[in-house]
Amino acid sequence: MLPRMIVDEQAEVLGNRTLSAEYNVVTLAAATIAAAAHPGQFVMIKTRPGLDPLLRRPFSIFEIVPGPDGAPRGISILNKRIGIGTGQLADVRVGERLGCLGPLGQPWPIVEPPTSAWMVAGGVGLAPFATLTDALVERGVRLRLFYGARRGDDLYYADWFAERGVELVLATEDGSRGTHGRITVPLVAALDETAGDAPVAIYCCGPTPMMQAVAQIAAAVGRDAWVSLEQVMGCGMGGCYSCVVPVKTVGGPPHLVRSCTAGPVFAASTLHWEGLAHHG
Amino acid sequence: MADLSSPLAALTLRNPLMAASGCFGYGVEYAGALDLASLGAVVVKGLFLAEREGHVPPRIVETPAGMLNAIGLQGIGVHRFVKERLPELRALGAVTIVNVCGVTLDEYCEVSRILSDHEGVAAIELNISCPNIKAGGIQFGCSLHGTHDVVAAVRKVTTLPIMPKLTPNVTDVASFARAAEEAGADAVSLVNTFLAMAIDVHTRKPKLTNVMGGLSGPAIRPIAVRMVYECRQAVTIPIVGMGGIASAEDVVEFMLAGANAVQIGTANFADPFIWSRVLTDLESYCARHDIGRLADLVGAVQTGTSTASEPACRPS
Repeated sequence: MLPRMIVDEQAEVLGNRTLSAEYNVVTLAAATIAAAAHPGQFVMIKTRPGLDPLLRRPFSIFEIVPGPDGAPRGISILNKRIGIGTGQLADVRVGERLGCLGPLGQPWPIVEPPTSAWMVAGGVGLAPFATLTDALVERGVRLRLFYGARRGDDLYYADWFAERGVELVLATEDGSRGTHGRITVPLVAALDETAGDAPVAIYCCGPTPMMQAVAQIAAAVGRDAWVSLEQVMGCGMGGCYSCVVPVKTVGGPPHLVRSCTAGPVFAASTLHWEGLAHHG
Repeated sequence: MADLSSPLAALTLRNPLMAASGCFGYGVEYAGALDLASLGAVVVKGLFLAEREGHVPPRIVETPAGMLNAIGLQGIGVHRFVKERLPELRALGAVTIVNVCGVTLDEYCEVSRILSDHEGVAAIELNISCPNIKAGGIQFGCSLHGTHDVVAAVRKVTTLPIMPKLTPNVTDVASFARAAEEAGADAVSLVNTFLAMAIDVHTRKPKLTNVMGGLSGPAIRPIAVRMVYECRQAVTIPIVGMGGIASAEDVVEFMLAGANAVQIGTANFADPFIWSRVLTDLESYCARHDIGRLADLVGAVQTGTSTASEPACRPS
């Protein structure tokens, strides 16, 4: 595991861009976290001061935002309004300050050429892939993004990835953009078209059933795959043991590990997916 | 600079702040955020003899100014703790108090004996109050005889200071503090969480897989202060108070009620940097009120009447 140096920045909200009724991108002046973060790590944000809600919420670091001199000035968060905390983050105003704790968790493993990286994102699961793209582009790794959503209008930031040379493969459940159906359909087709000895690593983040399906697909063709899980978290620091997920053990029942410190990124083959699905 | 040191049985803590068991992992998780040696003590997560997996998630749910948890005492067991975590805690300079769990009296004794055989354990907190496990624990803590028996049994196997952690889920907590004192406890800590429940009104299901859980956080603080106050009237051994502490003023409130030291738990989840802020604010409080020695505040609440210690509904 990485040696951890964790800070709590009272980060000024530099921007809050509404993408739709559900989605927004908040930019936070958390320069220390931005400079220290690795792709795939997360922060715990106090979405409102005071006691209700009492706890912070975990959010993937979306982009590292540069200042005028090019040095990291802050981070952005891709947010989907789901509950109280995400609703508050949707409504924050520029100039407010939010407690931002991080960087936390295990980052994505970084592959090197000639391995290609295929990123598989569902909805707000796009969040941990911007920093990964930056890191892999810098190394000259060829990238594809398999990106699925309910509707074409929900495929945010596709251009951001295209501008960085990422090959886009899109799918929507209503068929309004890309392949009609789930993103696993074009993923399986692409794997079928790829020589078995061509090195491809798969990175996945999205709803649990999607990640489970991608894990099975990757296992069936013997490809390395990593997933980034999203669990209810109390502290993000390993203190509370609320965010546990089941991992396989050799010859024994699954063992529960903390997704904040052992994850959120896991090798897909190490997780006990049936147990994870049961956790809801 | 005021003297913040906290005499506690055979120990003299650097200050009265302890990290509460179950809210701070095994302490080492927080070494990247703070100097563990700056705390009065670290009370590590409860340990049985064997490893435990705990409950199926969801394990926590937030409620107004508080949270429910039903973790189920997931833990690495005492053997792995002394081998893997205790050396790290010693290297970090942490004053380590171990929360000891048991399903039987023998298990409490065996875990305590193993800990006593290792350098680096400052004291034992006996967990007779976790509301989230079926056997052991709170079964002892909800019976005066059970409380007495656990403390008396562990007293025979260790010379380490013993501090049973009391449950608030009883009618008269002071009688439990007395039972612990009579059985040879060096201190008592209170309160553990309040047994509680939250229901999703749309699905009609409990929000926790375990159905019920323990309520902690600022929501419980006034009840915890009252219970510490009641225990202070009942026993002479030190009291370690806890329940929703989130500021230096909360620490002082518990000390005035009768706590010699305090534990911070849930507030550390929201702010792992709370410790240095509370210590700084305690210094400011002492300066403002011209207090040379923080320990002089213990039990110094001025109730104004001699009968105030008698609650109106004390059970007979």
